[in-house]
Amino acid sequence: MSQPTEPVEGGIVAEVAAMTADQRAEHAEAVAEVVAADREVAVNYGDTLLEMRDVTMRFGGLVALDSVSFEIKRGEILGLIGPNGAGKTTCFNAMTGVYRPTSGQVLLEGQRLGKRKKHQITQLGIARTFQNIRLFGEMTALENVVVGTDARHKTSVVGALIRSPRHQREEREAVDRASALLEFVGIADRAADKARNLPYGYQRRLEIARALATEPKLLCLDEPAAGFNPTEKEELMGLIRKIRDDGYTVLLIEHDMRLVMGVTDRIVVLEFGKKIADGLPAQIRENPAVIAAYLGVPDDGAA
Amino acid sequence: MTAAVATRQESGIRRFRNRWNGLSRPQQWAGVIPIVVLIYFIPVINPPFLTTEPNTNFPIAMFHGATYALVAVGLNVVVGQAGLLDLGYIGFYAVGAYVAALFTSPTSILWKVPYLGVLPLAMLITMVAGVLLGSPTLRLRGDYLAIVTLGFGEIVRLLATVIPALQGQTGFSGIGAPPGNYANGKPIFAVTNGTPWYWLICTIIIAVLLLVGNLERSRVGRAWIAIREDEDAAEIMGVPTYKFKLWAFAIGAAIGGLSGALFAGQNSHIDNQTMDVPTSALFVAAVVLGGSGNKVGVMIGGFLISYIPDRFTNLASWKYLIFGIILIVLMIFRPQGLLGARQRLLAHGRNAYQRLVGKPEQLSSDSSLAPEKDAV
Repeated sequence: MSQPTEPVEGGIVAEVAAMTADQRAEHAEAVAEVVAADREVAVNYGDTLLEMRDVTMRFGGLVALDSVSFEIKRGEILGLIGPNGAGKTTCFNAMTGVYRPTSGQVLLEGQRLGKRKKHQITQLGIARTFQNIRLFGEMTALENVVVGTDARHKTSVVGALIRSPRHQREEREAVDRASALLEFVGIADRAADKARNLPYGYQRRLEIARALATEPKLLCLDEPAAGFNPTEKEELMGLIRKIRDDGYTVLLIEHDMRLVMGVTDRIVVLEFGKKIADGLPAQIRENPAVIAAYLGVPDDGAA
Repeated sequence: MTAAVATRQESGIRRFRNRWNGLSRPQQWAGVIPIVVLIYFIPVINPPFLTTEPNTNFPIAMFHGATYALVAVGLNVVVGQAGLLDLGYIGFYAVGAYVAALFTSPTSILWKVPYLGVLPLAMLITMVAGVLLGSPTLRLRGDYLAIVTLGFGEIVRLLATVIPALQGQTGFSGIGAPPGNYANGKPIFAVTNGTPWYWLICTIIIAVLLLVGNLERSRVGRAWIAIREDEDAAEIMGVPTYKFKLWAFAIGAAIGGLSGALFAGQNSHIDNQTMDVPTSALFVAAVVLGGSGNKVGVMIGGFLISYIPDRFTNLASWKYLIFGIILIVLMIFRPQGLLGARQRLLAHGRNAYQRLVGKPEQLSSDSSLAPEKDAV
C-alpha cells in the first residue's frame, strides 16, 4: 500500500518539460555543474586510483578472497563479475571497511585504508550502494541525499544549535547539491516523498544519488540493475556512463552480462575468491577460463 | 473502532496536515501563537471539566504535566530520534534533581548556588553523566542497550540511598527557588503557588523546543534519524555514528536533568522514593503513547501520563494497569503512537521542495515507525 502519486502541478519536471531544447541543454549543464563541479578540471585519467594488493579474506575455514590483486584506474568503469559466491560483494566490503582483510592491503591513491572506520573511508572518497536497498525509509528522497552531503560538512553540534553562519551556508549548499543530484539521476519529481514510499526503480536511483552526494573519488555500485526490466537497464547504463563522463570512477558489480559488456571499460573476473581474468570486455568475452567459469567445462572436454 | 472510521479519521488528519503545510510561515505562526497563549493561561482559567480540584491543586497538576512534557521532549531525542531505547532516563532526572538539592538545600553540606544558576549547572552535570554512561554502553545495540540503561536508573536510586551525603529516605528539604516577592512579601515561586512555576517551565519548554528544532534541521538531526533507520548504512554514508549517539545521549540527559532540577525546585523536597524504575517506565510510555519521534506527540503523551492520575484520583492507584492496557490497545491499533513520527531535517527544505515538486513541504503520509507492513 504505497502512497499514490499525487498530481504535481508545479515542480521542476514540468518546468523542464516546458523548456525549449536550448534551455533544456543549458539547464542540464547547470545541473552537471553542481553535481560534478570539477569535471572540467584535467584529472589524470588512467593513473591508479585504488589498488587491491594481495587481499585475502578468511571467515573461519572459508577463504572468500584468495590473494586478489587488481587496480582501478581513474576515470574508468571497472566491472567486477563472477558466478554467485565468487567473492564480489566480499571484495566490496573489504574496500569500504565493512570487513578488514585478513591479509593484504587496500590502497586509495597510494594510501592504505588500514584500520580506518567506515565513515572515515567514506570521507577519504569511497562511496557505495547496496545490493539490497538500504535507504533511510522515513526520510524524504531529498533528505536522504543531504545525509550523503553531510559527509563533507564541518558544522559542530554547537554550531547547529545556534545556527552559525557556517551551518547556514552548508545547509543551503547541501540542499542545492542534493536537488541537482536528484535531477541528475532523474527522480526530482518525487523529492518530497519518503524513501520507503518510492517505486523500486526510484529507490535504486536514490541510492546512487546519495552515494554521489558524498563526493566520492570511487563510486561502487553493487548490482544496481537487480530487478530491472530491459528498458530500465538501458536507462541505467546511460546514467552510469553519464557519471563516468562527469569525472567519477565507477566500480560495478553486475550479473547481467549484456549490461556489463555494454558499459564497462575493463572487467575483472572472480571465481571462488580468485581472480581468473582481467581485461577489456572483448578479451573477457573470448577468455576460455571465464567461459568455463560461467558455462562450466563439459565432462568430456578433456577427452 | 471499525476500519472505515479509522480510515476516515486518518484522511482527516492528513487533509489537515496538507492544508497546514501549504500555509506560509507567518500564517503558521499566527495559528500557533493563540494556542500557546491559551496553554499559558490554562491554570488561571481553571476550566471546569479539566480541573483536578479539589483533589490536586490545578496549577500544580499543570506544572507536573509540563514537567513530564519536558522529560518526554528530552527522552524523545534519545528514543524517538536517535532510536536508542533508554529505560533508565529517570537516572538523569534524578541527577538533575539532586544537583538542585545539593547546591540549594540548607540541609546539604555543599556550598550554595542561586537556584537560577543551578539550572545550567544541573544540565552540565547530567550531560557529563550522560557521556559517562554512554561512552561504554553505546557500543551495544537494541535490547542490550535497554538493559544497561535500566541498570543505570537503578544505580542512581541506590546511590541516593547508600551515600550518606545524599540522605536517602530523609532527602532534602527547602530546595531553592527563583527570587522575587509579591507586594505583600510572599515569595512568587512558593511551593503552593503552581502558576509561576508553570509559566517558568512553559517558557523553558519553548526554548528547548527551538534549540532541539535547530538540531533536528541540521546534520545532527539527520545523523540521528539515519542511525535510527539503519545504523550500518548511516556509518557507510559517512555518519560518525558513535559520536552522534553520544551527543544524543548527552543532550537527552541535559534536558532530563533540567526537568529534574525544575521539579525539585517546585516540590522543594526530594528523596530517593521519587526516583523509582516504574516512573522511568512511565517516561518511556509517555514517548511511545504520544508518538515516538514527534515532538508535539510526546509532549501530549507526557502531559497525559501525569495529568490522568491527577484528574481521576480514584483511578490513580490503578494507573500502571490502565496505562498498560492503553499501551497494548495502542500497539495493536496505532503502533506509531497518537501522532506518528514526523521530522523536518532541512533548514532550507521549503524552498527546495517548492522548486522541485511545486509544494513547500514533504508529502505527509501514513508516517509510522511500525514494522513495515507495506515494505517492498
